[in-house]
Amino acid sequence: MNVLEIRGLGVDYLSGSGAVHAVSGVSLDLRRGEILGLAGESGSGKSTLANAVARLLRPPASITSGSVVYRRQDGSAVDVLALGGNELRAFRWKELAVVFQSAMNSLNPVITVGAQIDDVLRVHAPRMSRNERTERSVELLQRVGISADRRRSYPHELSGGMRQRAAIAIALALNPEIIIMDEPTTALDVVVQRDILAEIRALREEYGFAVVFITHDLSLLMEISDRIAIMYAGRVVETGTAKALHRAPRHPYTLGLLRSFPRLRGPREELPGIPGVPPDLRSPPPGCAFHPRCAMAVAECSESLPVLRTEADGEVACLLNDGRGVS
Amino acid sequence: MRFLARRLGFYLLTAWAAITLNFLIPRLMPGDPVELLVARMKGNVDPAAIDAMRRAFGISDASPWRQYLDYLGNLAHGELGRSITFFPTEVSTVIADSLPWTVGLVGVATLISYLIGTSLGVIMAWKRGTWLDGVLPAATFMHAVPYFWVALALVFVFGVTLRWFPVSRAYGLDVMPGLTGEFARSVLYHATLPAITIVLASMADRILGMRNVMVTTLGEDYVVMAEAKGLTSRRVMWAYAARNAILPNITSFALSLGFVVGGSVLTEIVFSYPGIGSMLLKGVENEDFPLMQGIFLVISLAVLVANFLADLAYVVLDPRTRQETE
Ligand SMILES: Nc1ncnc2c1ncn2[C@@H]1O[C@H](COP(=O)(O)OP(=O)(O)O)[C@@H](O)[C@H]1O
Ligand code: SF4
Ligand SMILES: [Mg+2]
Repeated sequence: MNVLEIRGLGVDYLSGSGAVHAVSGVSLDLRRGEILGLAGESGSGKSTLANAVARLLRPPASITSGSVVYRRQDGSAVDVLALGGNELRAFRWKELAVVFQSAMNSLNPVITVGAQIDDVLRVHAPRMSRNERTERSVELLQRVGISADRRRSYPHELSGGMRQRAAIAIALALNPEIIIMDEPTTALDVVVQRDILAEIRALREEYGFAVVFITHDLSLLMEISDRIAIMYAGRVVETGTAKALHRAPRHPYTLGLLRSFPRLRGPREELPGIPGVPPDLRSPPPGCAFHPRCAMAVAECSESLPVLRTEADGEVACLLNDGRGVS
Repeated sequence: MRFLARRLGFYLLTAWAAITLNFLIPRLMPGDPVELLVARMKGNVDPAAIDAMRRAFGISDASPWRQYLDYLGNLAHGELGRSITFFPTEVSTVIADSLPWTVGLVGVATLISYLIGTSLGVIMAWKRGTWLDGVLPAATFMHAVPYFWVALALVFVFGVTLRWFPVSRAYGLDVMPGLTGEFARSVLYHATLPAITIVLASMADRILGMRNVMVTTLGEDYVVMAEAKGLTSRRVMWAYAARNAILPNITSFALSLGFVVGGSVLTEIVFSYPGIGSMLLKGVENEDFPLMQGIFLVISLAVLVANFLADLAYVVLDPRTRQETE
C-alpha cells in the first residue's frame, strides 16, 4: 500500500546560463510505514526531489512535469502539487514532516526548543490547552531522549546530536504519516549517528510513519532502510530492497557506490569506485547520463536513454541489464 | 551577565577617555585660549567673563594634576563653566534647556522612522519579486538625499508656499510654556515639519538595511522549516525571519540613536529649533569654547549611552549573548 506516489516528476532551476534539470522524470513509490533510502552523490537531486514533495521549492526552482499523490489511510487521494493555502499548511506537518540536514540551522536560534514544538501544536491543534501542549512537548522530548527541563533551552545550548533529536521530536509532534529526513545525521559524528539511526527505527516501529531517508552514504542506508532508491543526475537509476541491492546491484552506478564507501564529509570528492565527477545538469550527456563514467558502457549508451524497468524485486535503468545483476 | 559587565567597563573607560581629552585639548592648543579670545573681541570683554573663561578652561597656576582633579570635581557637580554667548548663564543650564527639545524631536522621530522603516523592510523582503520591488529605486534615491535637502524642500512646499506648518521655533510666540493642552498642541504643530524631515531622510536607510538582512534570513533553514511546519505566514515572517533579521540591525539603530544629539544640527538650524544643534551653531559663531566643549562632551556621552542600550537590547533579544561560558 503506497502512501506517496511520485510520477514523472521534473524540476528545473532556471538560471541565466540555462535551466538546471535537477530532477527529471522521477517515478517513485513510498509504501506505508517503510523506510525508503534515497542515495546518490551530492548534486544528484535528492534534496530537490524531497523539497518538491514537501512543496518547499522556491524560485528559481520550478516543477516542469509530473505529479505527486498522497494517499490517506482511508484510500482517498490528495494531489500534493495542487494544494494551496490552508490545505497545504495542514498537509505540511500533519501528514508530512521534514528533518533537515543541519539541526543547528533548522532550529530558530532565538526561540526555546519547547516553544518550537509548541507553535506547531498551537497552529495545528488549536483545541489543546496550554497545559496539554506543554505536556505533549515534554512527552515528545523525552521520547527522543531529551530531559524535560531541556524544553527551556535554546538551540545553542544543546549538542549537535541533541539538536537533531529535538528536530525529530518536532517532526513527531503531529504524528505524521511521512517524515522526510534529508541527511539528518551527516553533520554528526559516527557514534551519535548510530544512536540516532537506532532511535529513528524504534520510533518508526512505535508510530508507524513512513520515512524517506536521504544520504550520500550508501553503507549507512543499507543498515536502516527497507528499500533503497539510487539517484544519478536527477534520475532514479535503480530501486530495490536493501538486501537485494547489497547482494546483487543491477546498475553499474550502484555497484560503484557500493565499492566506494564515501566518507562522511567532503561531498564533491571523486569516488574511488567511480572515475570522474557528476555531469553538469544544465546539459547532461545524451543517452545514459552515466555513460562517460561507466566502465561497462557500450556504444548505444550515448544514444538511447535507458528507461526504468521493473525487475524481480526492484527496478533498474541500464541498457545492459537483463535483471541478472552486474557484479 | 559577564558580557554586559565587560561592555560596561569598556564604556566607562571610553567615557573617561572622552572627558580627559576634553580637558587636554584646550591645554594643548598653542597659546592661552582665553587671551586669544579676548584679543579677538578687541578687548571689549567684561573682566568677569575673562575670569569665567579661565575657569571654564580650568586655567590657573596650579599644577596640571591639581587642575585635572578640579576639572573632574566640577564635572561631577555638572559644572562646565559659563557660556560666552549667553553670559553669565552656565553652560550646563544652556545644555539642560536645549537638550530636551532635541531628544524630544529627534529621538521620537528616529524611533518612528525605525519602527516604520523596519516594518516596511520586513514586508518588502517578504514580498520580494512582486510589484513592491518597484519601490526600491525610490528608497535608494531617498537614501542618497541629505537631510538638508529634505528639510529645505519641506519648508519651501509646506511652510512657505502652502503655509500649512510653521517653519521655525519649537512653539508659538502666543502660548505660555507650561503643562497646558494649548502649549502641547503648539509644540506638536511646530515639531511636525522637522520630524517629517528626519523620518523621511532616515527611513530609506532603515528600509534598505532591514530588507537586505531579511532577504538573507529568509533563505535560512529555520525559516524553511517554519514554513514546512505549516505555521501561518504571519508567524513565519515575524517570529522566525524578522525576529532574527533584526539582530544585525541593532547596532545601526544604536548608532543612529547616538547621533540623535549630534546628527540633528542641520535640521535644527533649518527650522531654528532651540535644541542642542542650534546651540552648537551659536557656540561656533561666537567662538564660545566652553559651550562647544560642553556640547561635544554631551554628544560623546550620548553615543556611549546609546551603544550600551544596544548591548542591553542584544542581551534581551539574542539568547546566545546570555551564554556564560564561551
Ligand atoms: N537554488 C538553486 N539554484 C540553482 N541550482 C540549484 C539550486 N539548488 C540546487 N541546484 C542544483 O540542483 C542540482 C541538485 O541539487 P540537490 O537537490 O541539492 O542535490 P543533492 O541533495 O542530491 O545533493 C545540483 O546540480 C545543484 O547544483
Ligand atoms: S546504460 Fe550504459 S552507460 Fe548507462 S549504466 Fe548502463 S551500461 Fe553504463
Ligand atoms: Mg542535499
